[in-house]
Amino acid sequence: MKEYVLSVKVANNNGVLLRVASLFSRRFFNIKSLNVAETETPEISRMTIVVAGDRKILEQIKNQLLKLYEVQEVNILDNAVCREHILIRAGRSEDDRHKIIEIANLYRAKPVDIHPDSIMVELTGEPAKIDSFIDLLKPFGIVKMVRSGISALERD
Amino acid sequence: MKLSGSDIIVECLLEQGADTVFGYPGGAVLNIYDSLYKYSDKIHHIITSHEQGACHAADGYARSTGRTGVVIATSGPGATNLITGIATAYMDSVPLVAITGNVSRNLLGLDSFQEVDITGITMPITKHNFIVQNVEDLADTIRLAFRIASSGRKGPVLIDIPKDITAAFAEYEKQPAQAPFELPELDNADLDRAAELIKNSVRPYIYTGGGVIASDASEELKRLAELCDAPVSSSLMGQGAYDETDRRYIGMLGMHGTVKAAYALNHCDLFIGIGTRFSDRVTGDTSVFGKNAKIIHIDIDPAEFNKNIDVYTTVSGDVKAVLSALCEKIEQKHNPEWCSEVLDGDFGEPVQQGTEELPVTPQAVISKLDELTNGEAVISTEVGQNQMWAAQYYNYRKPRHFISSGGLGTMGFGLGASLGAKVGNPDKTVVNIAGDGSFAMNLNELITASAHGINIIQLVINNHVLGMVRQWQRLFYEKHFSQTTLDARHIDYVKLGEAFGIKTLVIEKNEDIQPVLSEALEISKSAPVMVEVRIDRDINVLPMIPAGKPVVDPITAISLDD
Repeated sequence: MKEYVLSVKVANNNGVLLRVASLFSRRFFNIKSLNVAETETPEISRMTIVVAGDRKILEQIKNQLLKLYEVQEVNILDNAVCREHILIRAGRSEDDRHKIIEIANLYRAKPVDIHPDSIMVELTGEPAKIDSFIDLLKPFGIVKMVRSGISALERD
Repeated sequence: MKLSGSDIIVECLLEQGADTVFGYPGGAVLNIYDSLYKYSDKIHHIITSHEQGACHAADGYARSTGRTGVVIATSGPGATNLITGIATAYMDSVPLVAITGNVSRNLLGLDSFQEVDITGITMPITKHNFIVQNVEDLADTIRLAFRIASSGRKGPVLIDIPKDITAAFAEYEKQPAQAPFELPELDNADLDRAAELIKNSVRPYIYTGGGVIASDASEELKRLAELCDAPVSSSLMGQGAYDETDRRYIGMLGMHGTVKAAYALNHCDLFIGIGTRFSDRVTGDTSVFGKNAKIIHIDIDPAEFNKNIDVYTTVSGDVKAVLSALCEKIEQKHNPEWCSEVLDGDFGEPVQQGTEELPVTPQAVISKLDELTNGEAVISTEVGQNQMWAAQYYNYRKPRHFISSGGLGTMGFGLGASLGAKVGNPDKTVVNIAGDGSFAMNLNELITASAHGINIIQLVINNHVLGMVRQWQRLFYEKHFSQTTLDARHIDYVKLGEAFGIKTLVIEKNEDIQPVLSEALEISKSAPVMVEVRIDRDINVLPMIPAGKPVVDPITAISLDD
């Protein structure tokens, strides 16, 4: 199944996230990630939703979303800047920590919290870059991590 | 002018032309009921036995009149009792506004007495719902709720109003009711594509759903059928959109559709589905549905396109507008061979048989009812065999005369719905056709009929079984009639009716049918009346396509002995 990125403009009201999430859940659409925050207009929020499926399901998702009163616009992004943010803590020794800093430098990831044995770094980038960064850190032992999910905007 | 929240609610209902509401009072709606008391000369409130009945009544009122139905209930259990009614309306796209009280704002979220998160609960079964947080927003919220309910594909909207808001005051100014939200313009290219397909077809077939009724498009449908020179069939929900006594009408399509309609489906080269969502009860096995035909799907809701079946082309828009535009683009067609093949063909439709002991058949009773009422009665139904028989044997001439829970299949819907239909159509004969199983679910609403003098005819087709489930048990569960035999219920319907102040008649022989129905029709001019029809328990609904099977060669006989 392919993954698609939807950009959804919604009214910034109480419960709108629940309405959207409830729609996905009751229609058995698969959310890979969902990211929501206010836009330049405080009354409007933008959700970036990554879904798995085929074109037919994608069309269904779009049409069903548009039926929600608080959903104002749904765009399927083909040509967009997609970014994800990660916070990740890894390492079991001082040696690990040094090696992680080396890798972090290559990825331009930023150390944000340092312990004697481990280190927390942050990185923003395309999801593929985040994936490969995680893979490189795995041998050092990932203590904990959080990914933000994709946020995206169409190129002009 | 400064008004209390509860007065604002009633004023806003009046703005919307909602002069009839159904409901049930309670703690959280005391202020609203106080305003209803004050405005009782302008707004007619009907109290039912149970909130579910009120919701079905508001639904039946909406389906039979085309206006938005209104139901009011208190917080907590009052609100949750609406749920089956709201879900029923949602599945059948019925415009409904449900107003629920809730506890005061300072008690919200604290598990207070009779508090329930009704907006959370009804999210998946409403088009939209609101909880009003400020009395200043109250009027506009009610206006918007009506607008959403009646725009586009119609449906229920719920407004939850905390009690303190109904007591608080705000500035109110009367406003005219707003028109529904506008739909996008019709796509001319889509219309041209559909017109071209119609032009090139030699075996066209028109299939209509509830959308034709919702859009008030019967005239346009008739014109299209004439221009295409096509047979017309319908879903359960579409019944009455096309005059069923017209020569072009070939009956319902689907699980209990006619053999003729199934034949036409499999032999047409163009299938025009109008205002329909291609329910699984119609399509059966979707992989072979209409496999020899190109399918045009016309609907107001683009989310229905390619949802249940893959179609060749689509036209999105209000059915009335689409059909009207489409008729402009096509020329008169002549398909005499196809029409004669389908319309004049004898496909061996099954005829019901009673037994020596219980000779009466639902077919005979409902056909006689059709004859005696000239097909002009509003018929509501419960769910199961009674519903299919009411659909099959009464010939609906006009839209909004067949009131049935198609999507959700709600047993217990019909009686409440018939009350709403009668209140909305006081001059029409309204009959609720029920089975004994469904009737028992919400028979408490007989009280509403007699208390308010709502002169419906309640027809109970009594076979002492849950007939539709029994039918499936016979066919697919080795005749294990698990929990579907109701012999232990010794109900004397005459006494039951009498207890509620409703005269009750009995049909048990074929000679009873005409005089009893005539008498019931006469009584219903001045009082509600009930008729028990005693039938054999093994009269099945035929034809039948088993669920998920191709709509080909329906079963027309079920052996009882093997």
